[in-house]
Amino acid sequence: MAQSTVTEQRAHYRRSTIWEWITTVDHKRIGILYMFTSLGFFLIGGVLALLIRTQLAVPDNTFLGPGTYNEVFTMHGTIMIFLAVMPLNSAFFNFLIPLQIGARDVAFPRLNAFSYWVFLFGGLLLLSSFIFGAAPNTGWFGYANLTTLTYSPGLNVDFWIFGLQILGIASIASALNFFVTIINMRAPGMRMMRMPVFTWMTLVTSVLLLLAIPSLTIGLVELTFDRYFGTLFFEPTAGASVILWQHLFWIFGHPEVYIMVLPPFGIISEILPTFSRKPLFGYPFVVYSGIAIGFLSFGVWAHHMFAVGLGPVPNSVFATTTMLIAIPTGVKIFNWLGTLWGGSIAIKTPLLFASGFIGMFTIGGISGVMHASVPVDYWQTDSYFVVAHFHYVLFGGSLMAILGGVYYWFPKMFGRMLDDRIGKIQFWITLIAFNMTFFPMHFLGIDGMPRRIYTYQSNMGWDFWNFEETIGAYLLGVSMLIFAFNILKSLRSGERAPADPWDGRTLEWSIPSPVPAYNFAVVPTVHSRDAFWEMKYGSTEETEAQKANLNPTPEAERKIHLPPRSYFPIVAAFGILGMGTGMLMHGDGMAISWYVFGAGILVLTLGLFGWSFEPNH
Amino acid sequence: MARGSDWLKRAVTGACVALLVVILGGCSFFGGGPQSVNHPAGSNMRDIWNLFIPIFWMSVVVFAIVQGVLLYSVIKFRRKPGSPEPHPTHGNTKLEITWTIIPALILAVITVPTIAKVSEFAKVPKNAITVQVVGHQWWWEFDYPGEQVVDADEMHVPVGVPIEVKLRSDDVIHSFWIPRLAGKQDVVPNQNNHLHFTAEEIGTFRGQCAEFCGEQHANMAFTVVVQSQADYDAWLAHNKLPAAEVPSSNQLAQQGQQVFFTAGCVGCHTISGMEVNGVKALGDVGPNLTHVGSRTAIAGEVLPLTQENLAKWVHNPQAVKPGTLMPNLGLTQEQANQVAAFLESLK
Repeated sequence: MAQSTVTEQRAHYRRSTIWEWITTVDHKRIGILYMFTSLGFFLIGGVLALLIRTQLAVPDNTFLGPGTYNEVFTMHGTIMIFLAVMPLNSAFFNFLIPLQIGARDVAFPRLNAFSYWVFLFGGLLLLSSFIFGAAPNTGWFGYANLTTLTYSPGLNVDFWIFGLQILGIASIASALNFFVTIINMRAPGMRMMRMPVFTWMTLVTSVLLLLAIPSLTIGLVELTFDRYFGTLFFEPTAGASVILWQHLFWIFGHPEVYIMVLPPFGIISEILPTFSRKPLFGYPFVVYSGIAIGFLSFGVWAHHMFAVGLGPVPNSVFATTTMLIAIPTGVKIFNWLGTLWGGSIAIKTPLLFASGFIGMFTIGGISGVMHASVPVDYWQTDSYFVVAHFHYVLFGGSLMAILGGVYYWFPKMFGRMLDDRIGKIQFWITLIAFNMTFFPMHFLGIDGMPRRIYTYQSNMGWDFWNFEETIGAYLLGVSMLIFAFNILKSLRSGERAPADPWDGRTLEWSIPSPVPAYNFAVVPTVHSRDAFWEMKYGSTEETEAQKANLNPTPEAERKIHLPPRSYFPIVAAFGILGMGTGMLMHGDGMAISWYVFGAGILVLTLGLFGWSFEPNH
Repeated sequence: MARGSDWLKRAVTGACVALLVVILGGCSFFGGGPQSVNHPAGSNMRDIWNLFIPIFWMSVVVFAIVQGVLLYSVIKFRRKPGSPEPHPTHGNTKLEITWTIIPALILAVITVPTIAKVSEFAKVPKNAITVQVVGHQWWWEFDYPGEQVVDADEMHVPVGVPIEVKLRSDDVIHSFWIPRLAGKQDVVPNQNNHLHFTAEEIGTFRGQCAEFCGEQHANMAFTVVVQSQADYDAWLAHNKLPAAEVPSSNQLAQQGQQVFFTAGCVGCHTISGMEVNGVKALGDVGPNLTHVGSRTAIAGEVLPLTQENLAKWVHNPQAVKPGTLMPNLGLTQEQANQVAAFLESLK
């Protein structure tokens, strides 16, 4: 009897824990959900990468057929961009922004939960295409008119369309939320030019998302209409110009590159000063460069289209704007080097990844300048040279920084340190394996290997490097397993983290690890950049007063108002999933499709209705 | 602490050695393939390569400076017991303006010749010979306007003469690329793109579709045969002729001809000047087969042209090239052998 009561209690506790996560509106929990979900998707994308490398290891390989290979490379790209790098950045936005600006939560906590659930459902919808044997297979940028019904009659493209549309909703909601949060929720005295650089980059990224995603949405809506309702946006036989798709896609697609790489710029700009014990070199230059990159990123899209035949004038203009965007990017790299110079550098795992980022991203940036020269791009575009380029930007760049960020903020998230020794081993294996995998792709580009081919003949001179790259890819897989092992081990038995394990400079280090639900017992007043550094090492009376506030009394804690949990966000998100499913069923010609779609709308409406009238205290 | 920094030194040295091996390895391992761009054989690719080389060396300098400063800083300024507290430098405006202006100047230096070449590439020389290229899922068609020659998989051009390639697609987007002769140009439905180059060497040069165009994008290759003017003229003259009569001595080919004209092949393929029992082969969906026997490869270069391979192909095209638009006509192996003999005879 007693035994069963205990079991019941445990079961109840477990249920309630899951229920707590489902209904949470706490930005920290949502950040953790984002992190583990996108690490899971990252794992799937990585397995797909290994399938690609296995197929290409030897010439004339029959490991994957062309149909499967095309699905695998399309899903690899789509997953890594939309379900891994973007949401990993989002994990940091969620977890860090309120902490860095001294707020108790984001501006719209329930909208934040909604973003996560929509992202999760969109990702699952996209991945479910594998179960139905209809994974997207037209490349991550799905050029029309290959995607029209004539050339892609299956559900593959439909899964891609509705997966991306749903993910777009999540991105827009989240971007709006962080934009408003950063503008409105800063602690007293946290002026714009006192904000941590990561917060700045999040602000710029949010603006980019708000302006870029709609262009993709429009393209996808037009494609949906072509496929479902017989419109002719991308039908050349009816006189359409299929280049329209490319413009719509890349006006989204190029800012998207910076959406993926600006937050890592921010992460680096936090890690380097902390581990060098120096303020960021040239803070205003770094911030203005980030803003300049944001603006310019909307004026360079046609550099993805130099070989399309736009004509010499557009090509020259876009070559020039592309050269321009390299300037602020270069400025940032020099400022990071300036931060390291003359510092007192602690060689810890986050610092190693941050340095790896500078080194590898520079290579990707340099090859980017090569593509900016239009005639050179006539050779390099759509060859393995460009595959090398964007992996140096997105893996050597974004992911290196994200890994560094995970090592840096893990103690704040979970109250335990990630193992530094394992971390260093992982760093070196990652760095070496990454270069083994991707550097030789430059050589293959010189040897004229086009991207997206599922097989090649052995007389092309491509055998050696393809085989070597496959070895590198598996080694890279090993390094990621070490990372996963480190996370799991440290979650269980990692060294307990103090509030400020790295002698940090920004406000998130001023509060306990893990962070209490209310974040700041007393909202801090900010007097300078690197606010927490100033509190620790400054000697004015104000900073003395701040120090006293860091440890609140229990009575003070109890008075803090926090937003209540809510299940309406997941209900509304579920409605959107229903709408997407209904649209897919229509693509499959199922009679009940419109009922499912309608049910989705109903659930969404009910969710939003309940959400609107939910008591807010 | 000392142990940690030893470990670090070893790791850094290891990484440098690995990088060196990769780079030195690269020097001897790349280049020399049939699609390697580093030995251009056409004017267009030569211009591109000549533009690339200075950009490459500027890149090497930037690369060396950034990596050098990075490694130097991380090693030199790493924290040791008793390291002094660093000076909290917030920036240096002069330095920052300098490193904004220097990259801007380097980029300007790259931009000027870039734009010059872009406009040069857009101007077609007046004496150019035109070849009309049509991209199909997943093979290339080559028409020689005014010559009544339509060919597939193999493009013939004379050496030393400017060639204007006009590009057309009736299905999806492809990209026309002969790496050793010229840069890419996309082949876009409803859009007339073109490209021009002068082949500088006699020989054969492999080309390949470079824009993902569906299931068999990987097997959409072709060969450019660069010939002396005399050889080119002779080739043109021969290919203008209608198809050769099947020699009566070739029993197998005779039978194959009957199969070809009754099994449905004529719905998609043309063999000009040939009529069997009142049936003509005038299809324009698949490659023109009038002189197929004189080519070196079939089906987007998926197989070299031999009688055996032809038989394999017509017997079961889906097995050779999964997803190909050529249907499986259900020919017996015997019929396939006959058709192969017939096609092989069409020199």
